[in-house]
Amino acid sequence: MADLRVNVAGVEFSNPLIAASGTFGFGREYNELYPVSALGGISCKGITLKERPGNPAPRIAESPAGMLNAVGLQNPGVEHFIKHDLPWLKEQNTKIIANIAGSCPEDYFEMAKRLDSTDIDMIELNISCPNVKSGGVQFGTTTKGVSEITSGVRKNTSKPLMVKLSPNVTDITEMALAAEANGADAVSLINTLTGMRIDINTRRPIIHNNTGGVSGPAVFPVAVRMVWQVANKVKIPVVGLGGIATWQDAVEMLLAGATALQIGTALFTDPYAPIKITEGLSNYMDKNGIKSVSEITGGIKPW
Amino acid sequence: MKKYDVKNCKILSAKQITEDIFDFIVYCPDFAPIAKPGQFAHIYVPGKTLRRPISICEIDKENNTLRFVFQIRGDGTRILSEFKEGMELDILAPLGNGFGLKDKEKKALFVGGGIGVPPLLGAAKHYGENATVCVGFRNKGAVILEEDFKNAGCSIKIATDDGSYGYHGLVTKLFEEEKPEIIYACGPTPMLKAVAAFAEKNGIECEISLEERMACGIGACLGCAVKLRNEENEEYMGHVCKDGPVFDYRKVVY
Repeated sequence: MADLRVNVAGVEFSNPLIAASGTFGFGREYNELYPVSALGGISCKGITLKERPGNPAPRIAESPAGMLNAVGLQNPGVEHFIKHDLPWLKEQNTKIIANIAGSCPEDYFEMAKRLDSTDIDMIELNISCPNVKSGGVQFGTTTKGVSEITSGVRKNTSKPLMVKLSPNVTDITEMALAAEANGADAVSLINTLTGMRIDINTRRPIIHNNTGGVSGPAVFPVAVRMVWQVANKVKIPVVGLGGIATWQDAVEMLLAGATALQIGTALFTDPYAPIKITEGLSNYMDKNGIKSVSEITGGIKPW
Repeated sequence: MKKYDVKNCKILSAKQITEDIFDFIVYCPDFAPIAKPGQFAHIYVPGKTLRRPISICEIDKENNTLRFVFQIRGDGTRILSEFKEGMELDILAPLGNGFGLKDKEKKALFVGGGIGVPPLLGAAKHYGENATVCVGFRNKGAVILEEDFKNAGCSIKIATDDGSYGYHGLVTKLFEEEKPEIIYACGPTPMLKAVAAFAEKNGIECEISLEERMACGIGACLGCAVKLRNEENEEYMGHVCKDGPVFDYRKVVY
């Protein structure tokens, strides 16, 4: 039986499949279907210092082999998370990643400080949300922004720190290097690609926010390419995400250089996707005599 | 038992009942025993990323079947409409809260428009002869489920936009004289607003069923937002899939 455990920045995950932020809430809804301990970890819904109502509907549109969303970081705020969601999450025998977003650098710093004394296993910095007016992606598209937020958060927490990168940049490796140089223990990529759909009858964008983030199998090749580029540049672990829907996708992303994986949109197509992917990965490893997931990571043989 | 789950369910019959509306009876031994009128199913569409939320039209607990009456609204529902008897649907269900059913001796009014009519049938059957059903359609060819409501003992009034069947005009004209104790409604927003105004004016309890573009269907992704108000009259964002699809009309902010 293959060893599915992976280690990211000192945190041991029972398998490489982590629920991607924003697709899994705080886990309770999927726990009705299967114990969320089936996942190596959960990156929780992005939280902000204060509660946010999110964007007006419609927030969702379908696109070829994928979808767009502009939820706009609707969340109950960090205190609510600590009081009402974290205690339950900590009983579920899976690793808990708090995904934090802010509208100014100080928001990030304050949340990092607040979360430092809690039981979360890791912090994921969301500097790549394309769907909010202030904050989010504006910090993630310049090396200056990435450096400022990462270094400031680093000073406020001793928790393992992962920076989630935006693909909406010219060179994502520069952002990854900036995160690494300023104290990130890992990077996760990619967040959604900004996109748009228009209703040809009403001439209105389908999404009320006009633009939204594209995810799903459509973005998978972009994600693989970016993970490969980043993994070749940084020494810290890379968590790969973006359109993973099958165990073959998972293997491909690992080969590109990912240490662990996040799964998001595939959950909407099949809520059991993470379990099927984990099983498929395990079978693939057994069949190929691979004992540990880390043997696959970065195993690509580029031309 | 799980509150909801994903299962492959065999289609026992698949019929086309209007130009663009289809009527499926599906064998769902895991869902039929626990499903409630007004809930919905999230159905996988081959080749599509997102499932399609389809309201449950009828629940047959004896034969363990669910009935889905749905309209072709785009690519996804077109693909679903091509499913035939004997094929299996991948269904996530039952989802949402469903209608709050009262004592069946109460006088209930059902108001529906177009494809908003199917989710009302299950709840109307509960009230049987005590249900008055007022439904509106584009034209005679678009009328659905008339016999089903009649067979359930309900009295039914039909309006069509072009007057080709029943009353010529809006469905909202059909219930002005009614004195129900509870109202259930599903259909276009202007219709729901008119029903809500009628309920408000006469001080009648009223539940409305809403739809919204949806991703997860279970309350995790927060995609299907709907503006609601709480008891302190403060507005907040709720979600059709988990908080609804059925809402007390006073909670919904239009």
